[in-house]
This record gives sequence, C-alpha cells and structure tokens, in this order.
Amino acid sequence: MKTYYNPEDLKKFGKIGEFQKSMADKFFDYYGEVFKEGALTAREKSLIALAVAHAVQCPYCIDAYTVDTMEKGCDEEQMMEAVHVAAAIRGGASLVHSTQMMNKAKEISM
Amino acid sequence: MKSLKAQNHPLANTEYEIELLESSDFKGRFENKLEASRLFPLKPTQIEILQINMGKMCNQICKHCHVDAGPDRKEIMERDIMSHCLNVIRENKIKTVDLTGGAPEMNPHFRWFVTEIRTIDPDINIIVRCNLTIILANPKYHDLPEFYQQNNVEVVSSLPYFNPVKTDAQRGDGVFEKSIKALRMLNGIGYGMAGTGLVLNLVYNPSGAFLPGSQQGLEAEFKRKLSTQYQIEFNSLFTITNIPISRFLEYLQRSGNYEAYMEKLIESYNPSAAANVMCRSTISVGWDGYLYDCDFNQMLELKVKSPESQHIKDWKQSALHNRNIVVNQHCFGCTAGAGSSCGGTTA
Ligand code: SF4
Ligand code: SF4
Repeated sequence: MKTYYNPEDLKKFGKIGEFQKSMADKFFDYYGEVFKEGALTAREKSLIALAVAHAVQCPYCIDAYTVDTMEKGCDEEQMMEAVHVAAAIRGGASLVHSTQMMNKAKEISM
Repeated sequence: MKSLKAQNHPLANTEYEIELLESSDFKGRFENKLEASRLFPLKPTQIEILQINMGKMCNQICKHCHVDAGPDRKEIMERDIMSHCLNVIRENKIKTVDLTGGAPEMNPHFRWFVTEIRTIDPDINIIVRCNLTIILANPKYHDLPEFYQQNNVEVVSSLPYFNPVKTDAQRGDGVFEKSIKALRMLNGIGYGMAGTGLVLNLVYNPSGAFLPGSQQGLEAEFKRKLSTQYQIEFNSLFTITNIPISRFLEYLQRSGNYEAYMEKLIESYNPSAAANVMCRSTISVGWDGYLYDCDFNQMLELKVKSPESQHIKDWKQSALHNRNIVVNQHCFGCTAGAGSSCGGTTA
C-alpha cells in the first residue's frame, strides 16, 4: 500500500545530503550540537523534542523521540505530560487570539 | 507464568535460539564487524573475574530473564563443584568472584561458599547479584544483609525503574515495593551509604525493546528520584542492554520487535565497546561446572573453545588464556552504543 508517510523513510533522514551536501552537513552538525548535554540535560532536551514533535505533528519525530525519551529513562506519564504541554500551548495560542476577535467584534458592535 | 523450559517453548531449545539469531545476519555478522575492528578471533586479555552461576532456581520469574530462571527450575550447583571453584580461585589469583543465578542465595551451600571464598583472601572482591526480593521471601533470608556485611560482599541489584509500574511489568507484581523494602534494609546497615565501604550498586536495563540511554544521565536521575521519594542511597548505576536470548528473545518475537531490535543493535556497533567486552577478562562457570565465555554463552550452551579445559575440575589457565572466544549475533548486545557488561558500559 502506498502512503505519504513510511516508517522506513526515517532511516533515510541521514541521506538528505545526497541532493545538497553542504547544507545537510551543517544541519546535522548543528542538530548534534543542540542535543548535547548543556545547560539543559540531554533528557530534558529529548522531552522538549517530543513535545515539539507533537506540535508540528511529525510522525517520524514522534517515533524517534518516543524511543529516545524512553532510552533516556522517561516514563509514559512524563512523556504524556510533555505532550500536554504542547497541547496547552497550541490550544492557548488559538484561544489567546480570541482577544483579537473580541476586540474586532466590540469595535464593530453598537 | 512458567519458565520457557516448563512451557516446552521452542526457544528453550538453544539450537533453535541460535538458528533464529543467525537469521539476523543479513544486516551484518558479528564476526565480520570484529574482523573490521581487528579483533577477530576474539581473545582474552587477562582472566580476572570468575562469574559463577549457582543455579537457575529463583523466587522471581522476570519477563526478560536470559537464564530462564524461576521457581520451577531445579538445576543448582553442588558442593563438589564449588570446591573445584575454590581451588581455581586459590591457585589462579582470581581478583573478583561474581556470584549469580537464578537467586544464588537459594542454593543451600551459598553461605558456606561465600565464607570459604572470603577465607582464601580478605581482598578478593566478592559480588553477589541479589534480586532484593529474596531478602524478604522467607524469614531464613532476612539476615542476608548482615551476612553480606560480615563477609564484605558487594551487592549488585536490579531495579529497572524508580516506579512500580515499569519495575513490576518486567519483574512481576509487587516486586518494586519489596525491592524498596530490601534496599532500606541494606541502607540500614550501611550498604550504599557514604563512608561505610559497603558497596551497593544498582542495575538498570530497559523494560522493552529499546537501548539504555547514558549511564551517567540515568544514574543522576535514579539517585535524585530514589533519594527524594524513597530515601534510598546507592553507589553506582550500571546500565545493561538486554541481550536477545531466552525470555527477552521470546518477548521480542512475540511483540514483533525482533528484527527492528537486532537492526538497532547491529547499527549501533561500537568498536571501542567491542575491545572491552567482558568475556575478555571473565570465565563463567555453569551450575554443573562447565566453563563458558560469559553467562549468555552459558545459556546458549556454547562451551569455551579449549577442549582440554572445559570444566572447572580441568581448569588450565594457559589453555583458557589462549582460547578463541565463541561469538555469535547475540554479542551485538554487548557492543551497541556505549557497550554493556555485568559492570555497565564499556566504551
Ligand atoms: S532476572 Fe534475575 S531475578 Fe529475575 S528471574 Fe532471572 S535470575 Fe531471577
Ligand atoms: S555475549 Fe558473551 S561472548 Fe558475546 S561479546 Fe558479550 S560477553 Fe562476549
């Protein structure tokens, strides 16, 4: 069956340099640097990545960071809380725009 | 739950297990990887550790157990085999004796054996792989912490997670709570506490088809969680990769994770972990006295390749030192990422 998303394609991510090498190299260097232990632990970064993966709804990233957070010792409750953070920000981002709607509605109402 | 052996499961047959493992070689053969790292044939460096499997009997029946241990396993080491082990320890300057099982404490000769090893040399590092719950399993085991302390035994115990859900999922219902109680008893007499010299190390292995993350990161997390939530202290955390044999292999197959897991192990091959695999410095003794390169080879019934020295009663240091270590696809479990051994990472 043909689908737009194929789990096997995740393994090909490292090969995007085939079409444009220098940019891919720079990106992967940067990526590696970002996820290193720093002011935030590698574990904290992995949980942020899991939350962002849900916000941008990337199935590859969701698979990859589910495994990565588990490898880093996170449990299901912590992982789900991270997703709720993403959901809260997404929901909040919609709702906070309602102030604009309210402003406009009031502006044009008697 | 019963052992694979009691279930007559096909994976209780080691030939079948090896056949299945070899079917993963389309992604790369362990021998070839070693060859490329200039490590083939794999040779011992120095035999320093004698790991003795005192039997397959255990009070637990963990889902990932590579020994296929459990209450229904009756194979245990007899005293005459232990006497041969004592001779070998005495005559070959063995630095570390690592006692494992099953639950080694269930062997009726366990205390005699530990005391005899300690008599040989006060400096030998004696390690017991204690599953914690055994301490509470029967009143006759309640004083094990004191016994360990008196004989200066290092305690290494598995705790796959700092909460009950994941621990019990892997090791059985109620295991987490009992493990916490046992850890408190060990802490109570000084194990794992600063300044006592009584060593208590914990072992983390993933509760599923994934690899362990950084040992340092996990240790920090375990220390923080166990200390704040349960007031438990310990020395070090060893992260161990689940080796794809026996009950863990059964889980991988049943859950449809076998191929992806093997692929991940093979892709994560690390030459510096390969250079430090534990079989280069260890000999593993089975309950019946036969010798193996490691506890995993023991469970696959792959005896050491030194025909004149395959049993503890025929120990020949030079033959063992010059042997080629028997490797196969399961060895990728020891060389993935930061590596894995009974003492944690190796790279
Ligand atoms: S993993 Fe250890 S405690 Fe669990 S069944 Fe096997 S020998 Fe027993
Ligand atoms: S499984 Fe055993 S023989 Fe293979 S590398 Fe690991 S320790 Fe050595």
